[in-house]
Amino acid sequence: MMSMDTARVRAVVRKELRDYRRRRSIVVAMIILPVVFLIEPTLTVFLAPAGTNLQVPLLLLLLIPVVTPSTLAAYSIVGEREQGTMEPLLTTPLRQEEFILGKASAVMIPTLVLSYAVFGLFLAVVRIFAKSAASTAVFHQGPVLLAIALLTPLMAGWAVIVGMAVSVRASEIRVAQQLGMVASFPPLVAVILLALGVFHPSVRVALLFAGVLLLIDARAVPLVSRMFDRERLVTGKKADRPRGAIGMWRGRAD
Amino acid sequence: MREVTLAQQAAVVVDRLTKCFGERTAYSEVSFEVAHGEVFGFLGPNGAGKTTMVRTLGTLIEPSSGTATVAGIPLAPDNAVEIRQHVSIMPEAPGLYLRLTVSENLEYFAGLYGLHQPAARIRDALDAVNLGDRAGDLCGGLSKGLRQRVGLARTLLSDPVVMFLDEPTSGLDPVATREVHNLITNLRQSGTTIFLTTHRLEEAERLCDRVAILNTTLRTVGRTEDLRAQLFTKTLVVQTLEPLGDPGRLFTGIPGVDGWRSDGPGSYVLSVPDPRRVAPEVTRGLVAAGADVVSIGEAKHSLEDVYLELVDEDVEARGQ
Repeated sequence: MMSMDTARVRAVVRKELRDYRRRRSIVVAMIILPVVFLIEPTLTVFLAPAGTNLQVPLLLLLLIPVVTPSTLAAYSIVGEREQGTMEPLLTTPLRQEEFILGKASAVMIPTLVLSYAVFGLFLAVVRIFAKSAASTAVFHQGPVLLAIALLTPLMAGWAVIVGMAVSVRASEIRVAQQLGMVASFPPLVAVILLALGVFHPSVRVALLFAGVLLLIDARAVPLVSRMFDRERLVTGKKADRPRGAIGMWRGRAD
Repeated sequence: MREVTLAQQAAVVVDRLTKCFGERTAYSEVSFEVAHGEVFGFLGPNGAGKTTMVRTLGTLIEPSSGTATVAGIPLAPDNAVEIRQHVSIMPEAPGLYLRLTVSENLEYFAGLYGLHQPAARIRDALDAVNLGDRAGDLCGGLSKGLRQRVGLARTLLSDPVVMFLDEPTSGLDPVATREVHNLITNLRQSGTTIFLTTHRLEEAERLCDRVAILNTTLRTVGRTEDLRAQLFTKTLVVQTLEPLGDPGRLFTGIPGVDGWRSDGPGSYVLSVPDPRRVAPEVTRGLVAAGADVVSIGEAKHSLEDVYLELVDEDVEARGQ
């Protein structure tokens, strides 16, 4: 088992966050998307007649941690290649697991801050401005609110890891960002299935989802690290490993 | 060809290293050694495999066959991080984060190398490339030459045992080029081993202790003066005011002249074993024959002559 140097991971996170702050378009896009997803649940709570099912509109909030990081995650590795910074980076002692974890963490931090901030803002607005009946209806959706709180980091983890897996393999940024949106399909399907009543939100369903996502997220960093081929990232060509020739390099991850 | 006579400890040892990309061979069966503290020039035409060799030795890409030792560490996947800890590579394009400042770029890399007292190291590195007063500038606002110098400062940060510089003066103006040359000279004095790939032959001749010429295979390796001696016979160039009446009889009669040829009216090239010893004999012979001597001098072959001779041989061989 290779040791992971947390100082190097922190260096990647620090640099990434610094870089995001200097890109106004990234900051604006990251703020706009969650606000868009806030519109439907807010309108439903304020305008829909009493007795309207609030589960599905509330579950739309779960798409925020999926959609928000997809662009950044998809950009993370192919972006380094396109701006010519990948090669100098690969000449340092940075291991690929450290690089992937650092990049993933740097996307996760603003995603979680924004997702929870928007979620909190929504609850605060409902509590303060909505009619008493509507407010009570929202705060009585225990399993849904629990699911949102519990699944937000796991959903974000899923989106980040899918986006980065695409970014490792993609040859250009636009392709990576389009394919990165694929990450939002499974959660979207889950929300549609809930809306169609195929299964009902409950604590048990929320915990089951959380368990599955936790398993996927936990295995994802080593998985994406294995997809990280230094030679392909530098030369654009996959490492040519003749069978039985110089096997020492096969499957190694440094 | 394998170089065997070197200082006791080699900073880089390459033994029959080959790299293929599918059907295409980048370099084949290359062997050489680089001594500690040496400035080693790695020359060759475009596509000769120079950059691929640097990337291989820097553990960015893997060799197809052969072995190597870099900074005393065998080139193997388990040693890749350790090798990268002891070497630094400056690619042809500096690859800076343009939205970060000069010092933020270096701070990032100092973090990746796990350097202690990074602020002091960054200051020293920037001072070494005369960029101490530009630390707060955004890299996106710097000229190409200044970016190249930031890239150099980055390679200095980790105090590497071996420094790989891939075309460090590519695209730089003469003043910036001279600054890079001065920096390399200073690094040599401090004992850093430098592996320099370049297209600028005068740069290699001026800076490098030894050079290797690669054209997929290693064509030659050695000191430039030794390469010149290997490839070219020693010659004296004689110029007279008027063409000689019977140059054949005159030159063959002078002791030490092995052969001669005319190189234009009043210009003659003489093959001699020792130009310094034979030149006075030739002068006396010419004066005795009544020739008006304009000049007599030893023909100097540059590294460019060596390079072109070897690369032209390859072109001719491929043509056949």
